[in-house]
Amino acid sequence: MSDDDDILLDVAHLKVYFRLPRKNIFAKASRVHAVDDVSFQIKRGTTLGIVGESGSGKTTTAMAVMRLTPITSGAMRLGDTDLAALEGEDLRHARTRMQIIFQDPYSSLNPRVRAGAIVREPMDLMNIGDPADREGRVADLFRKVGLRPEQQALFPHQFSGGQRQRIGVARALATQPELVVCDEPVSALDVAIQAQILNLLRSLQDEFGLTYLFISHDLGVVQYMCDEIAVMYLGQIVEYADRISLFTEPLHPYTWALLSAVPSADPATRARADRIRLQGDPPSPIDLPPGCRFSSRCPFAEARCVQETPPLRSIRPGHAVACHLVSDDGVPPQRRS
Amino acid sequence: MTDSDNTQSRQIDEMPETPVEHPFRQFVTMYMRNYAAVAGLLVFVVIVAAALLAPVILNVDPFEMVDVPLLPPGESGHLFGTDNLGRDMLVSIIYGARVTMAVGGAAAAITLIIGLSIGAMAGYYRGWVDEVLMRITEFFQVLPPLLLAMVLVALFSPTLETVAIAIGVVSWTGVARLARAEFMRLRELDFVKAARSIGGRDRRIIWLVILPNALPPLIVNAALTVGIAILFEAALSFLGLSDPNVMSWGKLIGDNRDYLLDAPWTVTIPGVAIFLTVLAMSLIGDGLNDAFNPKLRER
Repeated sequence: MSDDDDILLDVAHLKVYFRLPRKNIFAKASRVHAVDDVSFQIKRGTTLGIVGESGSGKTTTAMAVMRLTPITSGAMRLGDTDLAALEGEDLRHARTRMQIIFQDPYSSLNPRVRAGAIVREPMDLMNIGDPADREGRVADLFRKVGLRPEQQALFPHQFSGGQRQRIGVARALATQPELVVCDEPVSALDVAIQAQILNLLRSLQDEFGLTYLFISHDLGVVQYMCDEIAVMYLGQIVEYADRISLFTEPLHPYTWALLSAVPSADPATRARADRIRLQGDPPSPIDLPPGCRFSSRCPFAEARCVQETPPLRSIRPGHAVACHLVSDDGVPPQRRS
Repeated sequence: MTDSDNTQSRQIDEMPETPVEHPFRQFVTMYMRNYAAVAGLLVFVVIVAAALLAPVILNVDPFEMVDVPLLPPGESGHLFGTDNLGRDMLVSIIYGARVTMAVGGAAAAITLIIGLSIGAMAGYYRGWVDEVLMRITEFFQVLPPLLLAMVLVALFSPTLETVAIAIGVVSWTGVARLARAEFMRLRELDFVKAARSIGGRDRRIIWLVILPNALPPLIVNAALTVGIAILFEAALSFLGLSDPNVMSWGKLIGDNRDYLLDAPWTVTIPGVAIFLTVLAMSLIGDGLNDAFNPKLRER
């Protein structure tokens, strides 16, 4: 991260807490720590992946970046704009620069609006381009995402899941955004269609110089799509590395467990894999224990893991980990034992 | 996924467009399958036609005394007989349909407007807006509706407008709760978040994005509300709390209630008219519900 000018999205100490309804009027209102002190940066034209299991806060992070969920504290900069401080009309105008592709292609398109109108709407609302050219631009976007321009007149229910996701991609591109947040864009699709959509996203990135924040729980997808990867567990980043380092030298025991859980078609790999099977469920994000959040499930946990919260520390340029047990020269606990 | 180059990223999904029936066509087909609802619609159309065409087909004053009082149906050419003041019951029923349908429709419209506005705001904004609006709704819910309507009509002049407004004011709470629930459900859906992220303002999202998707249960409810409003209007005019210068079904029952034993038709005929109209509205509501949710009916 030598060239600071290249950074498009800079998120620092982002926290998103959700208040729970009080059990009675005397009870202290408890809060869900959905995202707890998360920091990351994305360079222009690259893809940052966020992986983690359900409830790790990855989608909440995406929604916070999109300013679609209220943030508790933290700073977010998009280029030279202070994203976290924007309100009202300023925020509305800033939204042209960032768009989102949703997970579920069935609930992300308004069932009462025709496909062409769905893609045209952002241009009308944000006043993008000459109104006379918009019709042509919609047709152009349809071709770009692999749909036929004649299909504009159809309603969403007349499309297949993959086609609907393509409409979602076209809608996201209509405002000519710099940042596109992909919130598990392929996890609701068939494997064959997944590959098509991933390839589409990659070719669109090349063509328009897009920057992606890519949320996924599928390590295979992340490996294919992302330049850098952040692994989240219970609202915090536990490991942050470029793709090659993360997949060849995972440091955090949780990352190790995640990687070892990826099914392999090759029997040799399967036999070699020293699989870590995690016991139990993650603790509730409401009453968080002190110390490392992963300690209750970590096979290597020691006494200090339960007492002290490990900070995210840099082991070498571009590779950071939040674990007491990783030595400063980057030897993970798995190798030592 | 490593040999990605074989997969054409721009390839069009091989899935052909399924010939899907136009949504409105499908809606009509589903409605027509419910025979009771079709019957209800026919009754409704006949009553509305009679109400609209009353001055054309019968150019007479319904208050004119045409014959001996309390003639049984069929005598001296009076199909429905005459009432306590010797007025033709058939003419009264037809002219009464005008008032009943007008007040019922207007009251249902007022109910829908108040209930939808309050429910939409509460369900969309949540938080303190929701708290305040729902406490107001509960305040109206705990008041006895007929009593409140009577007080409102008694306080202001007993005109048809007042009656319609009074009925609307006492019966919007159900619509508000229904609209709130629908808005709370829909605001969490991704296409509503998408509408915000592409630059939609609150007003646009409420009225143009969420409302069209929240309409089906509200339309069903509106049909039932018309029926309830008709009953309310009948009750108010039975109690003499309506415009005394216009003929309505409730007023007919109220005027003739002393002759219930001697001339039962004077009360029964308008009673049956009210019953049929309210039943028709219920059946229409039922049919609309089926047509909006075809899957539920198939079960």
